[in-house]
Parts: sequence; structure tokens; C-alpha cells
Amino acid sequence: MSEKVITNDSEQIRLENQTGEGAQELQPQTRDVVLTGGLWPEDEATTIINMGPQHPSTHGVLRIMLELDGETVLRLKPVIGYLHTGMEKTGEELTYVQGATNVTRMDYVSPLSNELVWSLAVERLLDVEVPPRAVWMRMMLVELNRMASHLLFQATNGMDMAALSIMIYGWREREEVLRLIEMITGLRMNNNFIRPSGVAADLPEGWDTETLRVCDLVEKGVQEYSAMLNENPIWIERLSGVGVLTTEQAIGLGITGPILRSTGFPWDLRKAQPYLAYDEVDFDIIYTENGDCYDRFTIRLIEILESIKIVRQCVERMPPGDYRTQDPKITPPPRTRINESMEALIHHFKLFTEGFRVPAGETYTAVESPRGEIGCYLVADGTAKPARMHIRGPSFYNLQSLAPMAKGSLVADTVAVISSVDPILGEVDR
Amino acid sequence: MGLEQVPHNFLTGRLEDLVKWARTNSVWPATFGLACCAIEMMATGAAHYDQARFGMEVFRASPRQADLMIVAGRVSQKMAPVLRQVYDQMVEPKWVISMGVCASTGGMFNNYALVQGVDQIVPVDVYVPGCPPGPETLLHGILTLHEEIRTGAIMKRRGPSKGAGIQIDNIDGVTGSVRPVTITSS
Amino acid sequence: MADNEPTATEEVAAPVVADEVASAVIAKFPRAIFNDSHGQAVLYIDRADWHAVAEFLRNEERFTQCVDVTAVDHLLDETRLSVAGITPERFETVANFLSHPRNRRIRLIAQVSEFDTTIASLTDIYPGTNFPEREVFDLLGIEFIGHPDLTRILLPDEWTGHPLRKDDAPARIPVAFKGDPGPQ
Repeated sequence: MSEKVITNDSEQIRLENQTGEGAQELQPQTRDVVLTGGLWPEDEATTIINMGPQHPSTHGVLRIMLELDGETVLRLKPVIGYLHTGMEKTGEELTYVQGATNVTRMDYVSPLSNELVWSLAVERLLDVEVPPRAVWMRMMLVELNRMASHLLFQATNGMDMAALSIMIYGWREREEVLRLIEMITGLRMNNNFIRPSGVAADLPEGWDTETLRVCDLVEKGVQEYSAMLNENPIWIERLSGVGVLTTEQAIGLGITGPILRSTGFPWDLRKAQPYLAYDEVDFDIIYTENGDCYDRFTIRLIEILESIKIVRQCVERMPPGDYRTQDPKITPPPRTRINESMEALIHHFKLFTEGFRVPAGETYTAVESPRGEIGCYLVADGTAKPARMHIRGPSFYNLQSLAPMAKGSLVADTVAVISSVDPILGEVDR
Repeated sequence: MGLEQVPHNFLTGRLEDLVKWARTNSVWPATFGLACCAIEMMATGAAHYDQARFGMEVFRASPRQADLMIVAGRVSQKMAPVLRQVYDQMVEPKWVISMGVCASTGGMFNNYALVQGVDQIVPVDVYVPGCPPGPETLLHGILTLHEEIRTGAIMKRRGPSKGAGIQIDNIDGVTGSVRPVTITSS
Repeated sequence: MADNEPTATEEVAAPVVADEVASAVIAKFPRAIFNDSHGQAVLYIDRADWHAVAEFLRNEERFTQCVDVTAVDHLLDETRLSVAGITPERFETVANFLSHPRNRRIRLIAQVSEFDTTIASLTDIYPGTNFPEREVFDLLGIEFIGHPDLTRILLPDEWTGHPLRKDDAPARIPVAFKGDPGPQ
């Protein structure tokens, strides 16, 4: 990695963020009257408009306050909290096994990434290792989820740019992936499949042919989107040069994921700080130089192909064995043994009523979700429920990049910028 | 001399039936996707589950042009007044589907942040359970609503909402009936 | 409720500082204490040094990104992880840092007393801590001095109380077994 010195432009960004006006407020700023030589003088005050929280861009309940001068955006302030669910408080009331059901609903488009980071954090506090089959199953599922999430990005990005057919095409491929995920985990979304001792169940019969079939279909779909969009002059016109972000700004604002990679900085946790078995599979990090919306679209499109590569390798190399650790203090026994063994019955009872206890400690674990670095800061206090459970949602930080990206652009470009950030409000508001 | 002898092509029917048929087959939903259920709502509108065959693919962004509000997702305390405002902006006749368990009862999040059931704010016609309900379940809910519209009263006058109107018998060992509680911020 | 003491504490002896960043920080800020938490480097520092240590990490130790700022309320902990040499308070502010050129992380933890819930803001060093500090203020009530816009971010402006504190109730409504009369 290059050793270039990275500064933060902190002072400039700090001055831009200085509002002091209150969370929901954006006051119009008066400015000098400017006579442009036309027939009428400019207005003295600028316009404040409000986008959302209910608006058709379907990125959830994000509210943006814009200060406009005509059609040009001078300032942008995101107002969030419309989906605040108190998940971190609820997490303190649930056991560690139930915690996966809570965490999975944060980034609801890639729920398996949330479950993975939670399970890794709990396993680190317990100091347990999961068997190789569980590791490879997790990796395959998380990459399938990445494919589904990026396909949803293609669909919603297209819809926001008014390329409505891409919405339907994107969902067509996503349905295939979701059907495969349903075959393996039992649910299309919010799966609660990756749990702190491994995964919930073994792979079903015929999973490998089905997975390869889905990979082929999605690859064909990606080629269709490329053919439709990559050279499309309207697409290029609307996305190139829009919402440019520099690496210094991105790193200073805590941005990770495709947005950081679009600025020319090849940082991906799967390569930099590998977890699961990512150091044993062969794939590339996709990054571009320009930092605009078109780059982010391209990165996510090609990342689908990289995920397909990883999934194919998982199908070839899936190790046999257990799908969860056999530690009876953590893992519930198989349901059939409950009828035969008293000990199994007692373990099952204790694990599902009280839950396993985790010794006191704290940890921060991070993985690469489709949106960036998702982290779990977990504090255990020796009981069966966490003392504090905090998820570092990538979209929460990525939303801070909206202000520098949309400054000086038109209102329609703001829609493109919001869409290219790909925020999921579930993990922003938690 | 009856209408059978009229040589032109006429279809006759009751006015109410025609109006209700027209309303049933062109219910336009307002975009009110909040959380995970919104993704499944979009899946229902996409090509595989295709609610366009029921006349509903047109998601109107403006509530003034919409007939149906599918509350898809969890409603937080901050979002509740917005929800009510959007509902009030819709023009009669209007219906509400509460999609998912979070919208119906607060779901798994029984805490300070969520409204425990959107029927505390707006009157709900159909509750669709699931977390999230798959597109088939949502379609079943939509078809139930269509049945209601097609066979129900043509002019609906709603009184003030009393919530879901469910009688609660037993709360954690305490007998007696209790009204649903609205969590407010103060 | 305020005199809920933890019933047991685990004393962890301060280990030999093998971590080079930690030793550099301890050399400059002698009151810092290093702990190895399941393989991760954690520095327990004084609340007064919060801003200075973060600036040192960015300028000297090349920690380019502040990944997360959060806080913990230890009021109801049954067993609290306790490190030798620090006086535990009710709140802890936690900041995680990532260094891209050195490819490593470090965590800073400062104890915040419940009678003086203020700490310096890091927004002038790492602008990305703007939102998370607002969230900690909103949900836990810790004030960040020097933050440009310290207002509620997730809850409505008129909300009173800080829900993530342990003495703020989760406000569950009783789950009822409803006698559904069935279709009429």
C-alpha cells in the first residue's frame, strides 16, 4: 500500500459542519444581492427545502434538508432518526443467541453480514473456534448476500435515475439469489442463520448445483446491465463527475466500503485484515480513481462478479464436517438426542431459557459488509445478556459524506448522490 | 318489452357494483416503505410476484394520488406524526394495510422507540403478519383487501379509532382488561 | 439505584507493554494503561487527555481514521472487567482507531463519572466523529465539549431522558395473551 501521507482536511470540514442551529433546523442565510446583468436582481435569501422522510427514492426514511440557490445546492443536512428502533437497548434484554435476531434487522439488505459480525464478536469473547465447514458456509452465505445487496443497489440506483427497467431486471436476479438463500437458510431476509457457535443448520441436498446455476444466471444478468448502462450516454451524463469525493475527505469522515474504494484507495477488510477464510480464496479488490457516482456504480457491479468467483470457490472447496462447535455449553444438542439423553435435554433447556454466559470482557470486531466496515463493540459482564451491544453501521458514517458530495450540484444530482451512497436506514438509526 | 330486445350492446349492472369493481382493480399504493418490509414490498412489485396483474404496480409518491397506504416496516416515535400527516393527505376512499409484525403490533421491538402497532395512529383494514412477510403473504393480504373493497360498504364513515379493539384477558398473571398503551415522549 | 455496586470484579494484572503504539502513548502520557483484550490493544487513558492522545495518534502514529466513538454505562454490571491502576466510573467512552498505512487498530477508553458527564470532542481531529458523538449525547447523555452541533440525532428533539442509560427503562408494554373473539 502506498505510504502517502493522508491528512484530513479537518478544519475545512469542521467549519462546514458548524451549524449550531439545532438538529432539525436549517436557517436560510442571507447574502449580498448579486446583479447578473439580467432583467431582475437575485433574491436576497436562499430557499430551504425538505426531502423526505417519505419520498420515492426508497432509501428508507431519510430526511434531507437542502439550502438552495435556484437549483444549486449550497448546503445539505441529513436528518435521521425516523427509523430509530432502540435495537441497542433491546440487545441488552436478549441473550447472545437471540442477539442475532436483533442485529440482523439493522442492515436488512445484507442481514447475514450483521449476524456474522455479531457471532465473531461473541466467539472472540468466548475464545471458541468454529469448525472449517461453518467458516466456509458463512463465507459463502455472506458473499451471496453481497451479491443480493449489490443487485438491489443496481435496481434502486437505476430507479432513482429513472431507468425503471433496471429496477425490474435487478430484482429478477435478486429473486434467484434470495431463493437460493431461502433454500439454505430457510428465509429470504432476516435469516438468523449465522449464530455464535457456527451456523444454524447444515447445507441441504443439491445446494451445489443450485448455487452454480444461480451464479451463472447472475453473471449473465450483470453482463446485461453492463451492456445497457456502461456506455449509455444518459447514464454517463447523469453519474460521471457527480458527487466527487477525495480520499482525504473520505478517510477524515470515517467512510469505508465502495465509497472509499471509489476515491482511489484500495482498502477492503477482506484483504487487509482477513477474517473467515478470505485469505484462502482468490479474488480482487475493485477500486477506481475518480470518486464520482459512476465509479461507485461500476465498483458495485464488478464486485458482484468477484463475489461469484468466491462463491464458486466455496462450492468447490466446501470442507466436510460439523457445521457448529460441539461445545455443549454453547451449542444446543441435536433435537433427536433430546429424547434419548437427559443431559442433552438439560443443556437444551438451559441454553434456550437462560442462554450461555460470556465472561466479562469487551471487543470490537469488524467485517466488510456491502456498505463498508460494519463493526460490533460488545461488552460482556458474565451474565447471559450483554452489558452493551453497539453496532458501528457503515451507512451511519457514510451519510456524513453527503454534505461535501452534494455541495454545488443540482437537486437532481443530489438524488444521484444519495443513491450512490447506498444508505440503509436500519443501520443508520438502529 | 324488455332490455333483451334492444339491438345495441349494453351491459347493465348496479352502480355500486361497478364503482366497487373499479375501485378494487385499480388500488394505487402510496410509497410508505420504512424498513425491511419495504424490500419485500418492492419484491411484490417486481417481475416475479408482480402486483401489476392486480392493477397495483403504480406506487404513487404523492399521497394525494394514492388509495392505499401499505405501512411496511417499524414506525418509530419520530416517524409517527409523519405517518399521520401522510394518511391525512390521502383522499377518501382510502385503505391501510399494516404489513409486518412491527407495523401491526410493534413486533420484536417492545421498547421506548417504536409505536406498538400502527393502529394506534391510523385505522387499519388488513394486518399482514410476518417478519418480513414474504411477497406471497403480502399478496394474500392485498387480495383480502380487494375482497373487502369489492363486497364491502361503498360509503365508509369511520368513527374515531379505538385501536384494534381486541379484548385483553390475561397480562402476565394479572386478570382484568387493559387498554393498549401509547408510548409518548414526555 | 445509584448504589448498585458490581458484586465481583476481575482484577487483571497490567501486562508488559509489548505493543509499540501503546508504549509510545504511555511514554508521552504516563497515566495511560495498556490492556490486551482478546488480542486487541486497548489503552485506558485519563479523560483530560482524550483530545491530546487522539491528536498524538493521528499526527505521530498515523492512525488515519477514527472508526467508532461510543460509550458504555456500567451501572448494572454483574462482573466488570477491571484493569489494575484505573478507577472505574459509571460511564466509559470508547473510541476505536484504524491506521491504514500500518494496518492495525487501537482502542482508547476513558472513564467518565456520572456527576460530570463531559469529555472533549474529537471532531476537529477526525470530522467523521460528528454523528457518533451526537448519538452518544442523545442516547447516553455524555456531552462532547467543542462539538459544532451537539443536538439529538436519533430521538425527537423534545425527548427527555437518555434511553441507553441503565436507569432509563426500556418501556416495554406488558405482553398480553389476548382473548381473540374470532371472526364475527
